[in-house]
Order: sequence, then C-alpha cells, then structure tokens
Amino acid sequence: MLTTEEIQQIDHEISLVPVRKAACIEALKVVQKQRGWVSDDTLKAVADYMEMSPAELDSVATFYNLIFRQPVGRHVILVCDSISCWVMGYENLKEHLTQKLGIQYGQTTPDGKFTILPNVCLGCCDHAPALMVDNDLYHDVTPDKINALLEKYA
Amino acid sequence: MGLKILTEHINVPGIETLEVYRKHGGYKSVEKALKTMSPEEVVEEVKTSGLRGRGGAGFPTGMKWSFLAKPEGVPRYLVCNADESEPGTFKDRWFMEKNPHALVEGMITSSYALGANTSYIYIRGELLFVLRILEKAIAEAYAAGLLGKNILGSGYDLDLHVAPGGGAYICGEETALLESLEGKRGNPRNKPPFPAVKGLFQSPTVVNNVETIASVPWIVNNTGAEYAKIGVGRSTGTKLISASGNINNPGVFEIELGVPVEEFIYSDQYCGGIWKGKQLKAVVPGGSSVPILPANLILKTAAGEDRLMSYESLSDGGFVSGSMLGSGAFIVFDEDQCIVRNTWNYARFYHHESCGQCSPCREGTGWMEKVLHRIEYGHGHQQDIDLLVSVAKQIEGNTICPLGDAAAWPVASAVRHFRDEFEWHIRHPKEATA
Ligand SMILES: NC(=O)C1=CN([C@@H]2O[C@H](COP(=O)(O)OP(=O)(O)OC[C@H]3O[C@@H](n4cnc5c(N)ncnc54)[C@H](O)[C@@H]3O)[C@@H](O)[C@H]2O)C=CC1
Ligand SMILES: Cc1cc2nc3c(=O)[nH]c(=O)nc-3n(C[C@H](O)[C@H](O)[C@H](O)COP(=O)(O)O)c2cc1C
Ligand code: SF4
Ligand code: FES
Repeated sequence: MLTTEEIQQIDHEISLVPVRKAACIEALKVVQKQRGWVSDDTLKAVADYMEMSPAELDSVATFYNLIFRQPVGRHVILVCDSISCWVMGYENLKEHLTQKLGIQYGQTTPDGKFTILPNVCLGCCDHAPALMVDNDLYHDVTPDKINALLEKYA
Repeated sequence: MGLKILTEHINVPGIETLEVYRKHGGYKSVEKALKTMSPEEVVEEVKTSGLRGRGGAGFPTGMKWSFLAKPEGVPRYLVCNADESEPGTFKDRWFMEKNPHALVEGMITSSYALGANTSYIYIRGELLFVLRILEKAIAEAYAAGLLGKNILGSGYDLDLHVAPGGGAYICGEETALLESLEGKRGNPRNKPPFPAVKGLFQSPTVVNNVETIASVPWIVNNTGAEYAKIGVGRSTGTKLISASGNINNPGVFEIELGVPVEEFIYSDQYCGGIWKGKQLKAVVPGGSSVPILPANLILKTAAGEDRLMSYESLSDGGFVSGSMLGSGAFIVFDEDQCIVRNTWNYARFYHHESCGQCSPCREGTGWMEKVLHRIEYGHGHQQDIDLLVSVAKQIEGNTICPLGDAAAWPVASAVRHFRDEFEWHIRHPKEATA
C-alpha cells in the first residue's frame, strides 16, 4: 500500500509529464526514498497506481542502477571504478573500504549501516578517485578520508 | 589565455544567482532573440556559426535544427542531454554546477528558435545536487518572467523541467534518453527516423548537449559570423576539455579549437605537463569511447604535422593513426600505466553498460572482457590477441547504436598501437600479474 504522502509526491511527478507512465521511474524513486528499497509488494502497488503491469514496471526497475530491488543499508556508497579513478588509485581505495567494512560489493554490513556498490564515472575525474555516499560526492579520496567518512555517516 | 565564451564569468562569486548573472550580461540573448529576431533568424545565426554538437558526434547544430520537422498541431521539444557518464568526461557537470543560468538562458533562446513550448534537461540520476542547483536557477527565471507564459511580454511561452535519470550510461545515447524520459527501459531506437522527425512522445525533438546549448547565447549576442572566426577550419568556436589522468593540473579548460596538443599537455595554462616528472605514454583524447594514441601519434600526425585540438586534426589518419575529439575528455597516461590493464577496465565497463538488444554488442563486449581479463591475469594465449581484434571487428558497425563501436575501438586501437605489451603479458604471465 502506498502512503498518502507517497501518492501526493507521485501525483506531482505525473502532473509534469503528458503520459502517466512517463513518471514511473520517478514514482519508484519516491517510494524508494521512503522505504530504502523497492520490494515485490511495493513494486506491485506502484504498478497498480501507474496503471502498468508489475512485469512491465519490473523490467524498467531492473534496468536502472539507482533503483534497488534488494534491501540496502542506511547509507549506500557508490565507488567510481572507471578509468581516471582507476589510474589514480582506485584499487587501494577499494581494498581499504572493503577491509574496513568487512564486506564486498553488493553486500551490506551486518549492522545495516552501509552497502557498497561499484559505479561508472561520477564526473569528478579531475579529483580522482571519487565516491558518493547517498547523494554527496567526495573527491580526492584517501584511506584517511574514508575513515572519517565512515564515522560521519555511522 | 585565449578567448573565453563559456567561462568568462565562471569564477565570479554569486554567478549562480540570477542577480549576479544578469549584472554580467546574462539573459541578453533572450531579450534580443524574443524581441527582435524571428525563430528562423536565430536558426540562421547558429548555422552561420558552424557550431558543432559538443556531445561527441560533432554534428552541425544549425543543420540539425533546420531538419526539425514542423507538422501542424504537433508539439516540438528541445531536450538537453546532461546525462554525461562517459568515463573521463566531467565538463557538463562542472559547468552546470558553477553557472546554471547560462544553461537556462541557452535553453530559452534555443527553445524559441525551435518553436518548443516545453523543454527538458535530462540529468544523470547520480547528480541530485546539480539537479537542485538547476531547479533553483529555473525557479528564479520563472519568478523574473524569463520562463512561463508570455516571456518578457513577447507572446512566447516556455516551460522548462529537469528530469533525472535512473543510473544507466546508455541513457546518454539520445534515443535511449528519450525512451527513459517516456518512463521505459533505456533501449536505443533504430535511426532513422532521427529524433528531429520522431522523438519524444513521437513528436519532432532536438537533443543537444549542455555545452552546445550554452554556446547559443554568445552566438545570438555576437552573431554567427563572429563565432565562425574563432577556432580553425570547420572546428569553429571554443570547446570545454575535461583533462584527467597523470597530469599536474587536472580540470576543465576552455580552449579555442586548434590549440596544439603539445601545448595543451605541457603548458601551465592547461594540463601543466605529466605529473612527478614522468614521461607521456599515451592519451585517450575524446572520452573512453575513442581510440587511444601513443605519445608520438598524439603529438604529431603520421605525416609529421603538429596534432591540434580540433575535430579534423585529432581524426587525421583515421583509425590507423588517428583518434577523435569526441566529448573532449582528455585522459593522459604516464609511462607506468599498463595498457592491458586499462583496456580491461574499459571492456568491463562496456560489457556492464551494454543494453543487450544487439547480440554482437551483448556477446562481443562480454568476450572482450573475458579475454582481456585472462591476458591481464597471466592465462592468455598468443591467439587471444587476434581474437580480440576479430571480436572488435564483428561488433563494429553491426549494432543499433554506437555503444558497440565505442566498445570495439579502444580495444582495437590498444592492440594496434601496443601489441608488444599484450604479447609481453602472454609470454611473462608471472611478471604481468605481479
Ligand atoms: N558525452 C558523453 O558522455 C558521450 C558521448 N559519446 C559520443 O556520442 C557520439 C555518438 O552519438 P550519436 O548520437 O549516436 O551520433 P550520430 O552521428 O548518430 O548523431 C549526432 C547528432 O546528429 C543528429 N543527426 C545526424 N544525422 C541527422 C539527420 N540526417 N537528420 C537529423 N538529425 C541528424 C542526431 O540525431 C544526433 O543528435 C560518439 O561520437 C561519442 O563521441 C558517446 C558516449 C558518451
Ligand atoms: C553510448 C552513448 C552515450 C552518449 N552519452 C552522451 C552524453 O552523456 N551526453 C551527450 O551530450 N551526448 C551523448 N551521446 C551522444 C548523443 O547520442 C547525441 O549525439 C548528442 O546528445 C547530441 O547533442 P549534440 O549534437 O549537441 O552533441 C552518447 C552517445 C552514445 C552512443
Ligand atoms: S549497440 Fe549495445 S548498447 Fe547499443 S543498442 Fe545494441 S546492445 Fe544496446
Ligand atoms: S573516472 Fe572516476 S569520476 Fe570519472
């Protein structure tokens, strides 16, 4: 079931486009923002509201990296693994992060705080290596900076 | 420093606000175009300017605009492509973050020229903070009567929306972008029909890059003929270059097209030379989808002429000894970089980002990744090198969209120019993985 607040926000997205369905990606983001991820039940509720079949909406949902169809931690860390970060020390960074959190890409820490995922170029190649925590971009990342970040978001 | 068209005021404090932006001549092109010019006259100026698409393909903007179909009673759209996800490219993000009103101004003037009453800026979903900056600028423009109904009393109406993507590189391809805007998977469409004939919601649509649109106000204010005087040959105007990799001053530089590559790499005005006093090994001059060139061929063409930062000069020699300007993402590798390892990184990227519609791209990118991985990790065979070339050939030209080519070219060019490095990896599996 969608909440009144979610419906309000989805209605706003629908009002911006000429065809109802065109707002479906935004609708998924609205519910994901509230619930952290998009479960099967949530997907079905959104599909009903968008007047789409769940299968159709799921094929859209799975196409996009930023729609999570599995539970994620409270904070999602997106680590750029593209070329400029790659040549500027990405591998050390990944090593440090995975060791520190004790998890691999795609996993969530046992306390439910962090999920780490690889991401394509974050458009910050002049200050590589780069990563994002939720919606914040961090550049020139070093192991020390990572330690500080993990504390900040803990 | 050369002429600055896009970045003249970029470091002025407060330029992201309407007030400061206007104080520095902002929105003049809107007044001029809407009050004193017909839409056709604006298109004509852009044609004369010789401006070419800054998203990578370099298609003449004025020509694209004049191809826009105008059936009676059907809306037309302008969509700004701000999806920028090409590894190595960050100029659009940088520009929108610093000077959002310059893009909004370009959108208004360009939408007027095309007769669009609703326009969209499609921005990649990761960059929510840039989206907020744009939304703020747009809200200020509405409040000042620069957007909405009857703009500045001219009778022209325009609504401008920002639409965020869902995180998919392929949505930068214009037809995948349109699918995504319609709420679908980002599968590229067959072209033709081009978006100019059948685009968003089946209506005629122009898709242009952020930098392309941001160049329009200067052209309207100063005339296309003046713009055409800047640059070299058919590479007119200035270009934002995203410079990264092993250099002393990574960042975005606005250059007049035609600056020698050597000057761009070594001058303190630009990249400031290779970091830590190392030697230059190779450059990918136009983003991860263009061929890599070794130091000698990036500095000089095969005929021994100075290589210039222009569409023509960078592609001189075709795929045998040249590359492309592309989106202007200049990625520099120093002598310590391993070409095999870096090529594997590209291959992995393209395999992950292939939408999977065409089998040569879906299967071929997977093959290339696998073979490169095995060479890099000391399990390669001599035949693997030719296998890579043959897979790349089978992808090239056989797919719906150019992502397939973009995956094939970096691999084919790395083998062409650095074959000995691949052979070395295969002959020395232990040292290669060390
Ligand atoms: N900026 C970035 O992040 C990235 C840029 N690219 C660049 O994208 C380029 C390929 O882009 P495409 O759009 O596939 O190239 P394209 O050559 O098919 O088209 C370029 C533009 O011209 C228009 N056009 C071409 N012929 C036309 C005609 N007859 N009538 C009307 N319009 C016409 C197209 O609609 C498009 O807007 C590559 O060269 C690459 O450099 C690739 C990946 C990422
Ligand atoms: C895989 C792929 C990704 C692309 N990504 C972008 C992009 O992020 N930004 C962009 O402006 N053009 C991108 N393009 C090029 C667009 O299809 C299109 O040519 C461009 O937006 C047209 O604008 P322009 O004429 O102003 O360059 C991409 C093309 C391909 C094949
Ligand atoms: S070339 Fe690749 S990305 Fe492009 S449409 Fe075909 S499968 Fe999709
Ligand atoms: S390659 Fe990492 S931000 Fe661009």
